[in-house]
Amino acid sequence: MKKFAVILGLMIWGGLLIYIADDFPGWGDPQAPASVNLSPYYIEQSIPDTDVPNVVTSILADYRGFDTMFETAVIFTAGLACLFLLRSYSTKEPDVYLYRHTATGVILRIEKGGTIPVGSADFERIDATWVPHDLIIKTTCRLILPFVFIFALYVIAHGHHSPGGGFQGGVILGAATIIFAISYNLRTATRNITERFAAFFSAAGVLLYASTGVLCMFFGGNFLDYGALAPLFGTTIAGARSLGILIVEIGVGMSVMAVMSSIYYNISSNGRLNEGL
Amino acid sequence: MSSHFPAIIIIAPLIAGFLISLSSLANRRFCFPIAVAGLGIAFYSSIGLIVSVFEKGVIQYRLGGWAPPMGIEYRIDYLNAFVLIMVSGVAFVNIFAVKKTAERDLPEKLGPFYSLYVLFTAGLLGITATGDAFNLYVLLEIAALTGYALIGIGSGQNSGRAAHSALNYIFMGTIGASFYLLGIGYLYIATGTLNMADLARVLPSLFGSNVIMAAFAICMTGLFMKMALFPMHGWLPNAYAYSSPAAASLIAPLTTKVMIYVMIRICLFVFTPAFSFEFINIKGAMVIVASVAIVAGSLFALSQKSLTKMLTYIIVAEVGYMVGGFWLGNKEGMTGSILHIANDAVMTLCLFLAAGIFAYKIKPRGEILIKDLGSMFSRMPVTMGAFVVAGLSIIGVPPACGFFSKWYLILGGIKAGQYWFCAALIFSSLVNVILFFRIFESAFFGSTCSNHEHGSAHETGHHNDHEAVIDEAPASMLVPLLVSTAMLIVLGFGTKFIVTQIIEKAISGMI
Amino acid sequence: MDVLGYIISKYNYWGFVLLMMVGMYAMIVKNNLMKKILGMNILQTAIILFFVSTSAKTKATLPILEHGHGDHAIHAVDYINPLPHVLMLTAIVVSVATLGVALALALKVYKEYGTLEEDEIFEAQKKKLNPEMQEGEVNS
Repeated sequence: MKKFAVILGLMIWGGLLIYIADDFPGWGDPQAPASVNLSPYYIEQSIPDTDVPNVVTSILADYRGFDTMFETAVIFTAGLACLFLLRSYSTKEPDVYLYRHTATGVILRIEKGGTIPVGSADFERIDATWVPHDLIIKTTCRLILPFVFIFALYVIAHGHHSPGGGFQGGVILGAATIIFAISYNLRTATRNITERFAAFFSAAGVLLYASTGVLCMFFGGNFLDYGALAPLFGTTIAGARSLGILIVEIGVGMSVMAVMSSIYYNISSNGRLNEGL
Repeated sequence: MSSHFPAIIIIAPLIAGFLISLSSLANRRFCFPIAVAGLGIAFYSSIGLIVSVFEKGVIQYRLGGWAPPMGIEYRIDYLNAFVLIMVSGVAFVNIFAVKKTAERDLPEKLGPFYSLYVLFTAGLLGITATGDAFNLYVLLEIAALTGYALIGIGSGQNSGRAAHSALNYIFMGTIGASFYLLGIGYLYIATGTLNMADLARVLPSLFGSNVIMAAFAICMTGLFMKMALFPMHGWLPNAYAYSSPAAASLIAPLTTKVMIYVMIRICLFVFTPAFSFEFINIKGAMVIVASVAIVAGSLFALSQKSLTKMLTYIIVAEVGYMVGGFWLGNKEGMTGSILHIANDAVMTLCLFLAAGIFAYKIKPRGEILIKDLGSMFSRMPVTMGAFVVAGLSIIGVPPACGFFSKWYLILGGIKAGQYWFCAALIFSSLVNVILFFRIFESAFFGSTCSNHEHGSAHETGHHNDHEAVIDEAPASMLVPLLVSTAMLIVLGFGTKFIVTQIIEKAISGMI
Repeated sequence: MDVLGYIISKYNYWGFVLLMMVGMYAMIVKNNLMKKILGMNILQTAIILFFVSTSAKTKATLPILEHGHGDHAIHAVDYINPLPHVLMLTAIVVSVATLGVALALALKVYKEYGTLEEDEIFEAQKKKLNPEMQEGEVNS
């Protein structure tokens, strides 16, 4: 009954939205108010103002750079919120440890009070849900990861001239971390990209963004007015804006990558970080 | 530096949030001082802002140095500056009070807690200061996300319910924010601009269009969800009641009030009064909705056994006051509504701080029921005294500030001929009398309640004598409480100044 | 046929309304919190689709200026409107962030109650509340 009422309500509501859509400009109408008002300015002035051919980048990081700073802050907040909600720091020892002898594949089960095997370099700690490593997956990931990292850096750095930028590159970097964590296991991933590393970079990246803005204030401009940094970089105002955009994109990339890893760590291991995939 | 105040007020808490997160990696002791510094700078700049608004009138600040329709502009006028002081002041006073609770409830997560706290404040300050409709959405989401996290952590045995109610809050909050975004999209498709002042300039020529009408309706629906106006209030009581007291005393006074400010800003400064009050005729309907919200909120409050739940339903009723006062559409109603934004924030702060202290002292792990407050006067005289003052202010006893805003609201109601609204206001005042005197009575005469959780309480538990040991909260919790109580009286006596010097100038030319 | 032409000329709006209704339906009717979270995501995607579709222009290309450093004049009609893309980049990020926090909360709920079905959660809450209340009644 409730279902039908909801469907009916949504139908009426959707019908109203469709009815209103009648007054909207048609698909791809070049004379639509959104297309003739304001946006031509960005398209025509992007290069003289900021020296950036990719208009999306120049609006994102410069004309509306303040939005983007808060957007990065939203990402940072999400990472922080997941950590805040899920992370459990309980130092309670688990009842049973599982160790696996890497050479022979023998699994040792050590109950509370037992001692860790001698020469623990030969043993690795594993989870209850441990599955043998798949050679194909592991090797493939190990092969492609360096290229993924390089491509991510390219996407961040080349955001001025092609689709890309801090968010996209940062997500690729974060995805690389996650692939690494999936193909090996979480413990290996957190050994390489530690939780502290992620926490540091998620705050440092967005702090880099905000402090670039503050630096502009010390050089006599408004907040985030990269043009004021021209004397610092020794370029024209447009050149300074272009460089300012690059700096904040790098900050965004750092932040997004660290937050993606941090969210994955916390959600996949239920906040314990030593167990999980 | 003073010309940069509009930016500093937002970025000081924002940067403080990042620094707290960094410093918590090194040493947790740095977190609190950094948070205080960030909020202190924000509070200082909010005072600086209102001073320069008095001197120079409206302040415009171009972020990134771009002229308004291209870039984002911050625009501080009398209305903003007033709300900014309220938000930064409440956040600044409250952080001292929550220190103890946070240290006890979340000893390992102090860094993220303070970080989320200041980011929440930064979001709300940004919402208040911004002059760009889309920037408002981004800031809305910052404030919302930090709010979800702060509520969802819960405390003690409530953590499961807190997480569940925070999840419900996410659903409602996201629908609300998405509707707001959709409304902005409709405005953008019809006008091609996102700047509020620019929208107000372009819109009058498009008043007849269905798109603008739909944009208004969708925006308002979204904001009503966010501010918990009566039929859409479902998320609020549980979310606020089950959250940790440390988070509740920050979120409860501010979120709904800032959303009401946004409604006023959108109606008056984007759609302009000519559209909101005259072109579409929903004034009467909105006042009825608000009256229903007042009555319903009061009745729900009456049926609660838990103190915090009761307080949250009072918030639902107060939202009705402010929405109704605004939609009366006359000068008195609007004055009352804007005045009540500040008054209600301080009153709610005071009540939730007192509730936080009760929770800290008598029931750290569960929700405090009203019957737990028996003979509190002899045990915690200062806290209970402050609670009484705040209660009297909610009821509307002069000289506490609650009386004056209610006075303006009733005046406005009579002037607009909306007698149902006046009746609802008076009914809610009467219900508040019952609500609070029930508590006062048991706190003054009642017996000490026996189901305390802790050993020290058990010893005095069953003695029904009046020599109960005075067992007050630590000074760091009492001083903010007393400051907010004093503010109730100061705001009451300062009503004339606020109304003539700030609010009349804020809405001049609008009505 | 006229109706068909009408639908086709505004198909982007039809798409967004349809997606939005699907999302809202899931959020209102579904009992499982995970499905509600997915519905929320669909709703946000609908709005992203709406914004992005407003940026389209016929016979225009994506807003990366060719020959950017040459002397060719740049005409706004040749490039689609970049502003909605920027706005939606923000909205995408916001929706990802909301999704992350919602998943974290859902995990916390699951840890507490062992289920994500809402009616079972309500039952568990009632069960948990009632013994407490009775105990309180007895004590006082």
